[in-house]
Amino acid sequence: MPPRARCVSLCETPAALLTMSHQVKGLKEEGLLEGFDLRMAPTFRTALHVPQSLLGPLTFLIVLYAKVPYLECSVLSPTELTSSEAPWTFDFSQSGTFSWAIATRPVHFPAPAGNRLGRRPSSKQAPKAQGTWGRRGAQRSQKECAGDSPSPGAPQRKQTERRRLREELGKQEPSKAEGTSEGRRKRDKRSSFKEQTAPSKKEKEILRKEKLKRQKKPRSSSLASSSSGGESLSEEELARILEQVEEKKKLIATMRSKPWPMAKKLTELREAQEFVEKYEGALGKGKGKRLYACKMLMAKKWVKFKRDFDNFKTQCIPWEMKIKDIESHFGSSVASYFIFLRWMYGVNLVLFGLIFGLVIIPEVLMGMPYGSIPRKTVPRAEEEKAMDFSVLWDFEGYIKYSALFYGYYNNQRTIGWLRYRLPMAYFMVGVSVFGYSLMIVIRSMASNTQGSTGEGESDNFTFSFKMFTSWDYLIGNSETADNKYASITTSFKESIVDEQESNKEENIHLTRFLRVLANFLITCCLCGSGYLIYFVVKRSQQFSKMQNVSWYERNEVEIVMSLLGMFCPPLFETIAALENYHPRTGLKWQLGRIFALFLGNLYTFLLALMDDVHLKLAHEETIKNITHWTLFNYYNSSGWNESVPRPPLHPADVPRGSCWETAVGIEFMRLTVSDMLVTYITILLGDFLRACFVRFMNYCWCWDLEAGFPSYAEFDISGNVLGLIFNQGMIWMGSFYAPGLVGINVLRLLTSMYFQCWAVMSSNVPHERVFKASRSNNFYMGLLLLVLFLSLLPVAYTIMSLPPSFDCGPFSGKNRMYDVLQETIENDFPTFLGKIFAFLANPGLIIPAILLMFLAIYYLNSVSKSLSQANAQLRKKIQALHEVEKSHKSVKGKATARDSGDTLKSSSQNATQLQLTKEETSPPSASQSQAMDKKAQGPGTSNSARGTMLPASGHLPISRPPGVRTDSGHPPSQTHLWSASGKSAQRPPH
Amino acid sequence: MGGSGSRLSKDLLAEYQDLTFLTKQEILLSMYVVSAPHLVDEQQARSGNEHTGTPIAERANRSPLSARAHKRFCELLPQEQQSVEASLRAQVSFEQILSLPELKANPFKERICRVFSTSPTRDSLSFEDFLDLLSVFSDTATPDIKSHYAFRIFDFDDDGTLNREDLSQLVNCLTGESEDTRLSASEMKQLVDNILEESDIDRDGTINLSEFQHVISRSPDFASSFKIVL
Repeated sequence: MPPRARCVSLCETPAALLTMSHQVKGLKEEGLLEGFDLRMAPTFRTALHVPQSLLGPLTFLIVLYAKVPYLECSVLSPTELTSSEAPWTFDFSQSGTFSWAIATRPVHFPAPAGNRLGRRPSSKQAPKAQGTWGRRGAQRSQKECAGDSPSPGAPQRKQTERRRLREELGKQEPSKAEGTSEGRRKRDKRSSFKEQTAPSKKEKEILRKEKLKRQKKPRSSSLASSSSGGESLSEEELARILEQVEEKKKLIATMRSKPWPMAKKLTELREAQEFVEKYEGALGKGKGKRLYACKMLMAKKWVKFKRDFDNFKTQCIPWEMKIKDIESHFGSSVASYFIFLRWMYGVNLVLFGLIFGLVIIPEVLMGMPYGSIPRKTVPRAEEEKAMDFSVLWDFEGYIKYSALFYGYYNNQRTIGWLRYRLPMAYFMVGVSVFGYSLMIVIRSMASNTQGSTGEGESDNFTFSFKMFTSWDYLIGNSETADNKYASITTSFKESIVDEQESNKEENIHLTRFLRVLANFLITCCLCGSGYLIYFVVKRSQQFSKMQNVSWYERNEVEIVMSLLGMFCPPLFETIAALENYHPRTGLKWQLGRIFALFLGNLYTFLLALMDDVHLKLAHEETIKNITHWTLFNYYNSSGWNESVPRPPLHPADVPRGSCWETAVGIEFMRLTVSDMLVTYITILLGDFLRACFVRFMNYCWCWDLEAGFPSYAEFDISGNVLGLIFNQGMIWMGSFYAPGLVGINVLRLLTSMYFQCWAVMSSNVPHERVFKASRSNNFYMGLLLLVLFLSLLPVAYTIMSLPPSFDCGPFSGKNRMYDVLQETIENDFPTFLGKIFAFLANPGLIIPAILLMFLAIYYLNSVSKSLSQANAQLRKKIQALHEVEKSHKSVKGKATARDSGDTLKSSSQNATQLQLTKEETSPPSASQSQAMDKKAQGPGTSNSARGTMLPASGHLPISRPPGVRTDSGHPPSQTHLWSASGKSAQRPPH
Repeated sequence: MGGSGSRLSKDLLAEYQDLTFLTKQEILLSMYVVSAPHLVDEQQARSGNEHTGTPIAERANRSPLSARAHKRFCELLPQEQQSVEASLRAQVSFEQILSLPELKANPFKERICRVFSTSPTRDSLSFEDFLDLLSVFSDTATPDIKSHYAFRIFDFDDDGTLNREDLSQLVNCLTGESEDTRLSASEMKQLVDNILEESDIDRDGTINLSEFQHVISRSPDFASSFKIVL
């Protein structure tokens, strides 16, 4: 008796198995096989040493007991059995007496591709397919010739390319004959006249690739056109490889977001890369190949560059370590302030670059030097004190007459050899400061909102959010962690109590009364502070007319504003204790009140300032006359030698107007500086000294200072953020009149970054109630946007409706500041452009444009509404599906007991289903969609839904989500029909 | 490999960058962090307490380390440990990982280590496991992978669903060890009931991965707080 070889073949799908078993039977009838054995893979796997990775839950193994002399090509895959032309590669390993082989081509039921063998139980085809080796080889070589010759039109290179591929595949072929060593020897002998002896290394590599491919996509259509000849086969091959390469690339790109351990990721990555590298070259067709390779190379370089650039970029982010440190000590909320500060610093840096590069530097380099004209000279009366520190500290003297302020700039249209249009640049920079700020604020707001989608129904998950997302993983400090534990516990308890007794409101009248009282008090405070500021600004106008004012009187406005900003928030907090709000609500109220305070103060200040400006404008006419007359008298006065032209009047002596723009700029400058100083002093006194006191006096004090009354300060996030936002508002307002203001602000932010980092680490304690910041992040941004808008208003007002000073600033001599635009358009652009601009500025065009915008807003609004409605609808559908699933599960429990065991049968049913669906294509699809609808309609139609599910559970041993089941086609639709006819608990007839 | 033999090879580094959400600096830093405990042990073994934990102290001061620190670490290592392969293969036990300042205060630290560990006994982390950990907890990781691992961390009995025991254990983790912050039994029951009421869509008494991810995807600030930085 000849030795038996046991060979194993894998069937991926039940359909394939069916065909396979038919054909194996055929083989046995012909006497080629001694027997065969069919097993479910999972149970049989271990005995055969087939790697787990090759087997799905439905994979079958067919073990063939072959008579070796007959069966040289000892392993049959379904592919091979059903087609004579498919290219195959087989992997072989021998372990003891077992030999197993794996059909490396994805196994597929070939019927749809028009292969006639798929349908009939072929007992003829199979022996032919694996008859004697020589016959087959001859067949192939014939086919190859045939494949090459009938397409003379194809470009030669393409041909060779394909041929190369095919040869490569052909080389793998012989390996399948290595069933036994005997077989191998024979094969070697035989193939000696066929010139190919496959280099084993290459072979193995390819085999591994193929295996990988199989793992990756077990059901790709590989042999669809196996009988249609070599030409289309290699086309197919190319397309397939291309597809796979693309897939691999996608895999490489998304590998990092796969939840695999690193070792697996590494091996997968390496394999995928190798695969891509190997086959990428083969993909470029014909002459495009080099280009393709080049493109690939460039892409690789680009990826590398991008990675390096990213690395570089992250290295460039400043204060990363500081912020991380704070994060780990205080949680993300405190850190969010510093991140906000850093972001603000970046914005200001850009603004500073804009203003500095386009306005200040050109003016300093190319403009007229200091002392050349009156506006660039310190007047005679101020000259002797112009360098005193106290004067400079108030931004008077030399600083007032410098490029830091509006008044210094000349109204000359172009300066220097570049013919730089400075007034125009000044105007455009002023506009673009606002434009850039608006853009960046809105952009960061948008990017913040992108992450959080369904904010609408976040209330549905109060408990789950508390449970799953309340821990801040950044916390690395045990003290903070303890606080966090406490706060989480409190919030749990609170929400439980809320849930239990949500309508337990005792003494509602007292609460209401207290709340009204608190609001009344706070309104009083706000009004009082507003009046105080108004009063102080008015008084400062009187002071400014007087001589010999003291330091306090000069700086009264700033001092009062800063003090109000310092003392009102704690006052509000004290009053808010009356209200007895939930802390989160309380925080919102507190923020709103502080915001109102700051805003009110700022706007009172602005109104008072505007009064001042109007006063100055009223005086301007008289001063203009005085100047005019002075110059007139000077040049025309008698008593000077008429022959010699008189030297021009020294600029310091020329009488000049008050230049309200510079005055406004100075006010903002002072406000910014005093604000900064007050902040620092508050930090020093309130935080640092307090911390020192508590720390060191604790040793000799009556009570525990650290735990008791003064204790350490907490970092006041909301106050600090609001301070920062309002400071930025002042910068935006002032930067048009004082270009140097942004520079000051950059310095301020820089110092406060270091100073506050130090202060918070040295003298603050983590919050009692650690709350997270990310949600309020956009809240801050919204405030910033509001402030930006509010600060845009006064600037726009002054630009559009106040006449500029007659003798200072880049727009002097014009009626309005924006006239500079018109002037530039008229003089520097061709006339038709001017006409276009005039046309664009026409109200007849602007009003429709605004209308159009409103319409667009309305439209988008309604679209978003309908989208959210669709969302709700989908959610309902999902819930309905879940209901269905649930009922299905309960029924399935009973059903599985009934038909346990005959899994084979059920899967062969599946196979026949496939054929069935082919036969009746269109009607099921209609009813199928009907079934879908029924299911989606939810619990109302639970009866029919149950009917749908029950039979389905009968013939599918594995439960699948409903969507998948409807995909697989037939059963639900059919059963749906039954359920309509009333027999809801029957099994399908096939 | 660099002249000192201390660097990760360029290819490996590139691969790590492809496979994680970390930058080069972060990978080098984590390499150092993983290796540092050895170093401290070695030092303490060799010279008592005189330079106890210099590198740890350095890290606490947040000195900008990376290459310099890494190199230094390798200089201090004994000869047989200097090769990158050795340090790659080295397993760091949980105690050493848990002593990292970033994880010290975390109530889920044991779970985190257990989930990311690939060693058969599940009691130590290799460098690559550690990279996985950091990648998931990094700023740029996708919410999907974050929630996937969060689920595994919260799944205390590793059975693939969050059942009542998991949830109550999770509550205990969140409320800390001390007695005054613990919830009473009735509170706990109420809480777990509420959570299941909200999140358990299919009403099977447990929360599975997709339900969990559904909840998490609604949360506005999960991704920003599920983060660990070195």
